[in-house]
Amino acid sequence: MAFLDISSVRKVYGQNVVVQDFNLAVERGEFVSFLGPSGCGKTTTLRMVAGFEQPTAGTIRIGGKDVTYLPPNQRNIGMVFQAYALFPNMTVADNIGFGLKVAKKPAAEIGPRVKEMLELIKLPHLADRYPYQLSGGQQQRVALARAIANKPQVLLLDEPLSALDAKIRVSLREEIRTLQKALGITTIFVTHDQEEALSMSDRIVVMSEGRMEQVGDPFDIYNYPKTRFVAGFVGTLNTLKARVLDPGAGKLSIDGQEAVTSRPLNGSPADSIRTVALRPEAVALGERVNGGNGLSGTIEEVGFLGSVVRIKVRLGENAISLDTFNSSSVTPPKRGDTVSIAFTRDDLLVLEDNDAH
Amino acid sequence: MVENVSAATMDDHAAAASRKRLPLSWLGVVPFFAFALLFLIWPTLDLMIGAFQTPTGEFTLQNIANLNQDSIISAYKISIQVSVASAVLGAVFGFFLAHAAVMGNLPGWMRPTLTTFSGVASNFAGVPLAFAFIATLGRTGLVTTLLYSFFGINLYSTGFNILSFWGLTITYLYFQIPLMVLILMPALDGLKKEWREAAAILGATKVQFWTHVAFPVLWPSLLGATMLLFANAFGAIATAYALTGSSLNIVPILLYAQIRGDVLHDPNLGYALALGMIVITALSNITYIWLRARSDRWLR
Amino acid sequence: MKSERFGPWLAMVLGTLYFVVPLIATFEFSLRKRRGVYSFDAYASVFSDSRFIESFGYSTFIALLTIVVGVLLVVPTAYVIRLRMPRMRPIVEFITLLPLVIPAIVIVFGYLRLYNSSSFLPLTGTARSTDLLLVFAYVVLAMPYMYRAVDTGLRAIDVKTLTEAAESLGASWWTILFKVILPNVRVAVLSGAFLTFAIVIGEFTIASLLNRPAFGPYLQLVGANSAYEPSALAVIAFVVTWACMGLIQLFGSGIRGSSAAPR
Ligand SMILES: Nc1ncnc2c1ncn2[C@@H]1O[C@H](COP(=O)(O)OP(=O)(O)OP(=O)(O)O)[C@@H](O)[C@H]1O
Ligand SMILES: [Mg+2]
Repeated sequence: MAFLDISSVRKVYGQNVVVQDFNLAVERGEFVSFLGPSGCGKTTTLRMVAGFEQPTAGTIRIGGKDVTYLPPNQRNIGMVFQAYALFPNMTVADNIGFGLKVAKKPAAEIGPRVKEMLELIKLPHLADRYPYQLSGGQQQRVALARAIANKPQVLLLDEPLSALDAKIRVSLREEIRTLQKALGITTIFVTHDQEEALSMSDRIVVMSEGRMEQVGDPFDIYNYPKTRFVAGFVGTLNTLKARVLDPGAGKLSIDGQEAVTSRPLNGSPADSIRTVALRPEAVALGERVNGGNGLSGTIEEVGFLGSVVRIKVRLGENAISLDTFNSSSVTPPKRGDTVSIAFTRDDLLVLEDNDAH
Repeated sequence: MVENVSAATMDDHAAAASRKRLPLSWLGVVPFFAFALLFLIWPTLDLMIGAFQTPTGEFTLQNIANLNQDSIISAYKISIQVSVASAVLGAVFGFFLAHAAVMGNLPGWMRPTLTTFSGVASNFAGVPLAFAFIATLGRTGLVTTLLYSFFGINLYSTGFNILSFWGLTITYLYFQIPLMVLILMPALDGLKKEWREAAAILGATKVQFWTHVAFPVLWPSLLGATMLLFANAFGAIATAYALTGSSLNIVPILLYAQIRGDVLHDPNLGYALALGMIVITALSNITYIWLRARSDRWLR
Repeated sequence: MKSERFGPWLAMVLGTLYFVVPLIATFEFSLRKRRGVYSFDAYASVFSDSRFIESFGYSTFIALLTIVVGVLLVVPTAYVIRLRMPRMRPIVEFITLLPLVIPAIVIVFGYLRLYNSSSFLPLTGTARSTDLLLVFAYVVLAMPYMYRAVDTGLRAIDVKTLTEAAESLGASWWTILFKVILPNVRVAVLSGAFLTFAIVIGEFTIASLLNRPAFGPYLQLVGANSAYEPSALAVIAFVVTWACMGLIQLFGSGIRGSSAAPR
């Protein structure tokens, strides 16, 4: 059995279903991210794990023990809040030692542990400062140290980086990940930033409107999104409407041009319409290479994004955006030019058509 | 902070840009300072000086020494007792009410109702308040009669009297509690929900959260409000006078009688009495400032 | 979860009892004037007393004067402090808080010593000048509330931008203050005004020691000499206070509404 086990959890506020059918098994030492747009229920799920909210239905187990209705202060969980939430009346050291103190640990144990934590977050010189004397990044590191000082079974982080500026965000996320690996602490990390989720996680849970859309490692989530929602939310995917020509051979028609996918079409009958997807970086300008796909269309837009040039090619009803590297030796095509584009059979993804929501 | 900085730079800028505006700024505050000096500071200082003068204007300590009479000492004692009791009880009950309104998960209409009512009750002091409590707990008051006819309790045979220490304290609480509620509600709002949650997730019990986080954070406002309540009760006279006439021996009533010339014809003793009042309210405030400075390190 | 709410409910119920019972008792008492039945006789007797009308009218007039003087004194000061002299702020705030610490009876005693009929400024010499002194004393009493209300109001509007905009249009200092700033803090000034009214209308100590025919001393006199009229008067006083606070709430929600809108 998994270390942290969330099964069939559902949360309803009044008429409003906020989380439903939530099933997740997190292994010991695993780093799992909840990724999704604002209001999709990430925080609510996390708060149920923490014990601040109680599920309307379902159970939560930690280390085999049912904690669904256990109050937060008996769960031995560490949590880092978006707004730091350091106690303003305590120094950095007192904040970090708070969990040990309320657990009535002897001072001889608290002191060294606090020191160790301060070393870990590289702020030993700030032990006697008050929170208001720290920068946001420092405060959040102290909050992290406070959360792990008592060796919690599970560490929960609710958008811990979103109040910080971009540079600190990147360095701190690496620090968090390194620390987490070193301590082997089971972690759930909530974010709406796909880059954060992709770069830090062992696994990602993509959520939408209270549901789990897809669970997988970052590579899978990015390269093989199962639903249109995931495809759209993670990265900037081209989604195209295609007519199935030969389900067995994976043959499709995109605006009258033939393309082949190596992905199963899941028994869609001929002539049915499916949504397929292409990553911009999987598409190249030029003729098809053998065994691949080739389409032709007209350039609709050329946009410079610094090192990358993003080109939008109109096929008919559908359009495909593709990225090429900006290089002074290559002149990019102009609007109105007719071009050929190419991509492999593997890169043509077939999405599940549950677009009901 | 930000506000101050921008205001300060603006100040410099304005000063540099147009010197001619500076006198106009002074013109805006001079009436205020003149008024405060003439009708607040000077009269008070003059009294304080008077406490050290003979009727002919020579320096003396005799007035202060004259305070050492049984009736005056006991007046100060009762005054301080009533003020401390009503301030502390007002702080305690006010805290529970404010806490219930802010964090009690009560129906939404309760808090604004309490706020409005507290605004009214904290200003419903003076003579009418005394009337209200005579009608309630006086010898023929509603509660007194109801207690007797329903429970057979004769309030006045238990030694209670509306004209007594406890009677006065209970009456004062009618404006003390609401004042505390009004001051404390914003302070309680300042307690962030995340602090409570962070404490809980770190294993703290409710009591530990309050002793380690909430009370230390609230302590300056609680203390300041209690001191304000103390001064409020210490200087109050109308309620006590209407309630008890001059039968209850508290300092403001003594001073009142002194000024009216009913008792002693020695105005300089009156100045000494007044000086004593100022010293006591000032001491309570200095204590507050001193305690607060010690707990203030973590405040901006 | 349920048991957590027991404490708050208990606090509210006990609080309500403590605050409502005296009001009911007072009202009940005020109806007892006629033997054996409830009647409004006490009220009739209060309203037919010409001294009631006179003293109430006098106190109302004094209260209005207090408000006018208080506004004229506090608004320019708060404005200048906020805009041009932020360094003076601690001093001004200290002064405005002093009346909460110095008992009113001490202040009026000081007046009697300093402004008696043989002094350099014999304000207690004539009835009219004593009225003026009474107004000044009340301005002092109301200052902590008035200043706080106005300062809060000024913080809510952007004084600096408003002033600069007006200056760039060539407005004079006087125009800025009275045509631009004052209308914008009207609501705050009004709440300060009602609070002042509530404090002043039944004030006893100062009026009594200055020997003015105000409502507070009248109340005290009635209380010492009759049985049921005082309760009727307490009910009336409570209604007046309630009306003042109600008006503050009414305008106060106006403040919140209008300052929330631009955000
Ligand atoms: N106490 C509550 N009562 C009613 N509805 C709530 C409550 N808390 C959250 N919700 C609703 O539940 C939904 C999910 O909220 P949640 O805070 O879990 O979102 P989130 O995914 O964390 O979003 P964000 O990225 O903005 O933090 C939202 O629609 C929110 O309005
Ligand atoms: Mg959230």
